[in-house]
Amino acid sequence: MSERAPAGLDVDSLHIWRGDRHVLQGVSLSVNPGELLHVWGPNGTGKTTLLRVVCGLLRPEQGTVTWLGHPIDRVRAEYQSAMTFAAHETALKSDLTALENLRYTVGLKRAVSDQKLLDYLAQTGVSGCADLPAKVLSAGQRRRVAMARVLAVNARLWLLDEPYTNLDGNGAKLMANLLENHVKNAGFVVIVAHHELDVAVNIRRLELAS
Amino acid sequence: MSVNVQGRVRSSAAMGLVIRREMALSFRRPDQLLQPLVFFLIVTTLFPLGLSPLMSLLRDMAPGVLWVAALLSSLLALDHLFKSDADDGTLEQMALSGQGLWLIVVGKTFAHWLVSGVALVLVSPLVGAALGMPAHAFGTMMLSLAMGTLTLSWLGAIGAGLTVGLRRGNMLLSLIVLPLAMPLLIFGANATDRAIGGESPAGALYFLAALCVITSTLAPFAATAALRITLE
Repeated sequence: MSERAPAGLDVDSLHIWRGDRHVLQGVSLSVNPGELLHVWGPNGTGKTTLLRVVCGLLRPEQGTVTWLGHPIDRVRAEYQSAMTFAAHETALKSDLTALENLRYTVGLKRAVSDQKLLDYLAQTGVSGCADLPAKVLSAGQRRRVAMARVLAVNARLWLLDEPYTNLDGNGAKLMANLLENHVKNAGFVVIVAHHELDVAVNIRRLELAS
Repeated sequence: MSVNVQGRVRSSAAMGLVIRREMALSFRRPDQLLQPLVFFLIVTTLFPLGLSPLMSLLRDMAPGVLWVAALLSSLLALDHLFKSDADDGTLEQMALSGQGLWLIVVGKTFAHWLVSGVALVLVSPLVGAALGMPAHAFGTMMLSLAMGTLTLSWLGAIGAGLTVGLRRGNMLLSLIVLPLAMPLLIFGANATDRAIGGESPAGALYFLAALCVITSTLAPFAATAALRITLE
């Protein structure tokens, strides 16, 4: 997991402490275009913490995260433009409609018309929810809206934390299709999921031990 | 820097988007919008009832009553500045937008002032009239309140950034912000008092303007740093 790959995302010897707990103990990984990295492990082994460090929300006590060979702190704006993070929470404002939620978050990253946003909602099967406030959507529908946001951002690197949560059978198939398409189009994916991924691409696995 | 950044949204467009988002959210939650305003009106109405309806007494007290009520009602709205977005994860999404956290902080704080501070300034003549203030002092009162509430929004952004991760941070927020707001109370009430007495309020207004410029310049950096610590 430690091979150098300047064309992608590299994480080298990450260490994170939470109080007395040494959560991440020298984790290294690299992801290149057209690769999907599945991070898995028991609860409390730091999978979400690892994603938060990789996306730049959390600073590691030791170790480095580099994007295209540059530390992400030095190319923060560029890295954030090329990356999208879908956290375990769907990050939708309850009082805004699905379309408004996309407009106000995606719009900070790239200029996208409402029609295009509606297309992305249609791709994830929730076009009928576009004008409904997020608070009336089911958990599965909210997850699909969050996935539409990932598509709309048009980022090369997807960092997904348990994206299958609350999805039904069709939703899981849709997610698998989206992951396959992204990887086949030379995208990068780092995904945290508790179960096996049913995706028709080469999957690399990183296990975090307790 | 070799990394390609094509198609980035300009900062001005992003700022406009943040402000529009905040306005849309405020008008979807009228209770949060009206609560500070109603508080301001009720508190200022209670003083004549509790003390004396004597016009000369009310006029003497009007600047102090008005400013204390304005400070307290502004504090009510400050707790929501970042907390709701931090709780539902949208703050993280905005922080990772590539726009710089400072821009999000400035947009949200300015929008907060537009919906809370400006509304308070607009209803203040009503309160001033009820407290027996002469109409010629309304302009000074509104100008001082406009600068004071904007300054308070910036100070509040620092406090809200520091307390956003706490479950009951509003008490701590008051303890952080109110001492810093003392100069506002002193100069704001003084400007209004001088205007009521027919004297020039320029000195106090200049101090308020200086405080407003200093906080508008420095507070975004402090609030951004506070928020970044909390996000980690």
